[in-house]
Amino acid sequence: MSRIGVVTFPGSLDDVDARRAVEVAGHEAVALWHGDHDLRGVDAVVLPGGFSYGDYLRCGAISRFAPVMREVVAGAERGLPVLGICNGFQILCESHLLPGALVRNQAMRFVCRDQRLRVENAATAWTASYQDGQEIVVPLKNGEGCYVADERTLDRLEGEGRVVARYLEVNPNGSMRDIAGITNDRGNVVGLMPHPEHAVEPGFGPGTDGLGFFAMVETLVGG
Amino acid sequence: MARVVVDVMLKPEILDPQGKAVAGALPRLGFAGVSDVRQGKRFELEVDGDITEDRLAQLHEIAGTLLSNPVIEDYEVHVS
Repeated sequence: MSRIGVVTFPGSLDDVDARRAVEVAGHEAVALWHGDHDLRGVDAVVLPGGFSYGDYLRCGAISRFAPVMREVVAGAERGLPVLGICNGFQILCESHLLPGALVRNQAMRFVCRDQRLRVENAATAWTASYQDGQEIVVPLKNGEGCYVADERTLDRLEGEGRVVARYLEVNPNGSMRDIAGITNDRGNVVGLMPHPEHAVEPGFGPGTDGLGFFAMVETLVGG
Repeated sequence: MARVVVDVMLKPEILDPQGKAVAGALPRLGFAGVSDVRQGKRFELEVDGDITEDRLAQLHEIAGTLLSNPVIEDYEVHVS
């Protein structure tokens, strides 16, 4: 069992679901606060979805400067597993832990649907439960989930196998190359626009395909 | 006191769906002749003291780190 921290920012929405997913996966969930200056010795960190700081300025732009993010960035650089979901992905991009940016959905609409994805890289800190190429369905809900980066960055991500998940059937937000999630070069930091934490228990959401993101963190902690 | 204006615009290669929506609304309202709209942000900063070279460098840092995201946006600093 690992201790996995979930950060709550002002305006976080899915922090409680993320903590629950961590516990359903058999780990201890540790609530972290945006104003904290330490990570309480956790083995991994989840930045949850929501609308931190009301999405003012740009999504994730103000959260990036929260005291706890200094520790998250320092931890990520040491190899601490960090998973950013939705708003958390936006925060990771604003923090420059991941390349590119997330902008307004191409069709200008907030999208909420059960989304089929293909896991493209099962070797990251957060995807070890999956097989390369495995298809999963988890909820997706975002207004600014369109992933953009310059062509050189996209080619590098593809070439280094750093596209973690790709949208199948429908590209819900106009993301370049159907990208739903990416990782850093070390594979410990993962950003994902869809919400695996909403698909961890039978009877709630489209299934339990999301549980894998939380299940195997144990095997890499300290690894 | 000085007023400094920072304009932030999406880079030309980044799709601007908000600007497109505005452009699409114009003909519906009977306004012809506008072929494209790009939407951006304007920040007005009240700055203490004179705008020295150091202060200007600091303003560029503010504009480049917090007010804009250099991955998707360009900024301009205007001292009036």
